[in-house]
Amino acid sequence: MSSSVSSNPVRGRGSAITRWTLICVALLFLIVFLVLPLASVFVEAFAKGWQTYLDSIRDPDALSAIRLTLVASGIAVTLNLIFGLMAAWAISRFSFKGKNLLISLIDLPLAVSPVVSGLIFVLLFGLHGWFGSWLDDHNIRILFAVPGVVLATIFVTFPFVARELIPFMQAQGSDEEEAALVLGASPWRTFFSITLPNIRWSLLYGVILCSARAMGEFGAVSVVSGHIRGETNTLPLHVEILYNEYNFAAAFSVASLLSLVALVTLVAKKIIEEKAGLRGGRA
Amino acid sequence: MKKSGILPGFGISLGFAVTYLSLIVLIPLSAVFLKTATMHWGRFVETVTSARVMASYRLTFGASFVGAVIDSIFGFIVAWVLARYSFPGKRIADAMVDLPFALPTAVAGISLTSLYAPNGWLGQYLHPLGIDVVFTRVGVVLALTFIGLPFVVRSVQPVIEDLGSDVEEASASLGANSWQTFCRVIFPAVFPALLTGFTLAFARGLGEYGSIIFISGNMPMHTEITSLLIVSKLEQYDFAGATAIASVMLVTSFALLIVINGLQARTRKFEETR
Amino acid sequence: MSIEVRNICKQFGNFTAVDDVSLHVNGGELVALLGPSGSGKTTLLRMIAGLESPDSGTILLNDEDATNHDPARRRVGFVFQHYALFRHMTIFENIAFGLRVQSRKTRLSKADIRDKVSKLLDLVQLERLADHYPNQLSGGQRQRVALARALAVEPKLLLLDEPFGALDAKVRKELRRWLRRLHDEIHIASVFVTHDQEEALEVADRVAVMNHGRLEQVGTPQEVYDNPANAFVYHFLGDVNLFHGRVDSGRARIGAIEIELPGSVSNGDGPALGYARPYEMNVTRDSKDPSAICASVRYVCGVGPIVKLELQNVETGTLLEAELGRRQFAELDLKLGEIVFVSPRNLRVFAEDYSI
Repeated sequence: MSSSVSSNPVRGRGSAITRWTLICVALLFLIVFLVLPLASVFVEAFAKGWQTYLDSIRDPDALSAIRLTLVASGIAVTLNLIFGLMAAWAISRFSFKGKNLLISLIDLPLAVSPVVSGLIFVLLFGLHGWFGSWLDDHNIRILFAVPGVVLATIFVTFPFVARELIPFMQAQGSDEEEAALVLGASPWRTFFSITLPNIRWSLLYGVILCSARAMGEFGAVSVVSGHIRGETNTLPLHVEILYNEYNFAAAFSVASLLSLVALVTLVAKKIIEEKAGLRGGRA
Repeated sequence: MKKSGILPGFGISLGFAVTYLSLIVLIPLSAVFLKTATMHWGRFVETVTSARVMASYRLTFGASFVGAVIDSIFGFIVAWVLARYSFPGKRIADAMVDLPFALPTAVAGISLTSLYAPNGWLGQYLHPLGIDVVFTRVGVVLALTFIGLPFVVRSVQPVIEDLGSDVEEASASLGANSWQTFCRVIFPAVFPALLTGFTLAFARGLGEYGSIIFISGNMPMHTEITSLLIVSKLEQYDFAGATAIASVMLVTSFALLIVINGLQARTRKFEETR
Repeated sequence: MSIEVRNICKQFGNFTAVDDVSLHVNGGELVALLGPSGSGKTTLLRMIAGLESPDSGTILLNDEDATNHDPARRRVGFVFQHYALFRHMTIFENIAFGLRVQSRKTRLSKADIRDKVSKLLDLVQLERLADHYPNQLSGGQRQRVALARALAVEPKLLLLDEPFGALDAKVRKELRRWLRRLHDEIHIASVFVTHDQEEALEVADRVAVMNHGRLEQVGTPQEVYDNPANAFVYHFLGDVNLFHGRVDSGRARIGAIEIELPGSVSNGDGPALGYARPYEMNVTRDSKDPSAICASVRYVCGVGPIVKLELQNVETGTLLEAELGRRQFAELDLKLGEIVFVSPRNLRVFAEDYSI
């Protein structure tokens, strides 16, 4: 008489052992490589107590770093959002020559190393760059000033919204919009009543990915910013400065803010993925 | 050429998209190649093959490769476990995999450094064993392993999920044992996606900056990655040199991008049209 | 090989999938497990294969207790609903798989394997597609490959899980007949699961009807159709007309019809349901029979060689279905709205209350 309890397929004797070994290995790897580093940020941030933590965050340079990060991310996300919508609309609703090329070109910034992403703007707007002398004559500062930071951020986060929207809208097809237009709706009405609600989860997902990347960008911004305290430092750059001054508690305190943002991003991602049945999961 | 139909907005959307793309991406990128083109060829070769630069290539490519290999092995296990088994905390583990995507590289850099420093949580056990992580190449590999993990997991996971357990059951019913099923049925089906994930992790590692500069110590000829070398040259106002090296990196990245696209197309080749 | 399933039970959490089922399959027989979704038929099949293990009960293959044996040991060939072909292997490699994974001792030589696979490809009429990949084949072709792959290891028992479920109607019909002919040729004991009663009745030697994890009836297609054991079987195997009535001291009164019930069926007084098939309904214009039901013609629909009528009981308003041959219909020359008289030629009564 069989008294087996498991409802799993009857496999070899070692299957339960294999299963739990693999699970343990996987979890151990994740803990060592992912959880511990994250945890250490918070532990180090509070190593010298609450007061030091709050002081580090309320420090004027930190506050202006927060401001700059939010401004740069806000502008970058907004512009890239508009671009993403435009590009996704053109690509998914029409056929034209060069469509595949366009899609590949949109992905370009992902293939460019962050440092090089900063370098290209130095080449354009630096003193010896293409527009260098023109900008100097007109007293416009792009490099080593806020506009440079914003530009670099826009570049690195360029594809994120588009990459989420394009495949989604392609898979969706244009039936609903065509139906609305045939029924007499105006183009803008169609867009706001039909298109936007349909794409809202992909859009939100793309915006979240874009924001997270924008706020965390380091390499590109580092090259263009000039590291001027209180002026052209974003949060990640401020972390670097504090760390290089051996002000570890402060560095980790500021880093903990960024880590919180990262955690919120992860949670939001998971929620949207489960709500919309999405698996964004791309590079 | 254009599918006219009744959908509006073709002109404005395509026009805006192409203009924005050119202004933000294409023109700036072309600056690298145009600047390099002004450089004398001999000078160019000399710059990009100098000893210090070559050492940085070796480190960057080598460490990215090793990191991607480690990611492939463990990433496959993680993806398998997430796709096939259920266990307490699975959803959290699944969400955590994306941490390297979401966490700023600088934060990753300082936390890894503090973790593996001789008095750090993990470093304190490794140091007595003679394993030094901080300021060595090991640290660089470690940081790149952190960065590249999600690329492998997220490439492989959907393929494993898609594979379904009935294929494994079919193999078992035909007489294959677990090992044979893994080698002959599961692994071959997943391999293209694994290769894609490996290449993505590798490509990402080549350009990585923020998470490495803290842990590596940035010693020229030893633990200096190519990205950092570019920054050093910029700080010395050697724009030509920096651009030359950057153009080499760009060409490599684009080549990898083409390879990745090819691999992803190949993964789709075996997909059934159900 | 014969299969004996004794008192098999299986639960998934709170859900009872298989409830004390016992079944015997003779060597060389083709048995259909028929039932609606959730009736436990697939679970039962998977337990016979060794892909699930029962909570209690025994499974005997050729009189040997195989309850704890794993699938490979049972020498069972399993054909999955969605084929489960190995996507990255060619058709040839798929079919050869079972032969190639055998241990050194029992493995055939490469030449022998090639020979065997070729013969199987001939058997399923796919000789020219040996080098193709599964995604290049149609659904029907893939299913034939799945069958050939299962047969390659010379199983003693063939189990098929809704083998034609994912195919078009026409392909389904063709493959059904093809499977029957194949079985007649190779004579392996086979069990297949289906929810399509037409398929079960057409293909199987015997049909086992399942519902809610229980075995309702086992018998030849003729037996289960003509002599259903209970209301569920009757209902599941074809269209029905329902007549409400009462059982009263050994007689059933359905409308104006009175039937003597044999002692074994009646157990006390209570509500009764009478069942008649649409083609067993007499439809006439004359009102000679006092027990006939007066009805108006609501809907007429010609389907191929028969005409389906929807009739409404003038008194109670309930709807009845009747089927007439085309010639019969032409003779009656019925129009919508006309009044006719309907009576069942063959009324079957089940005394227990059965709700659909």
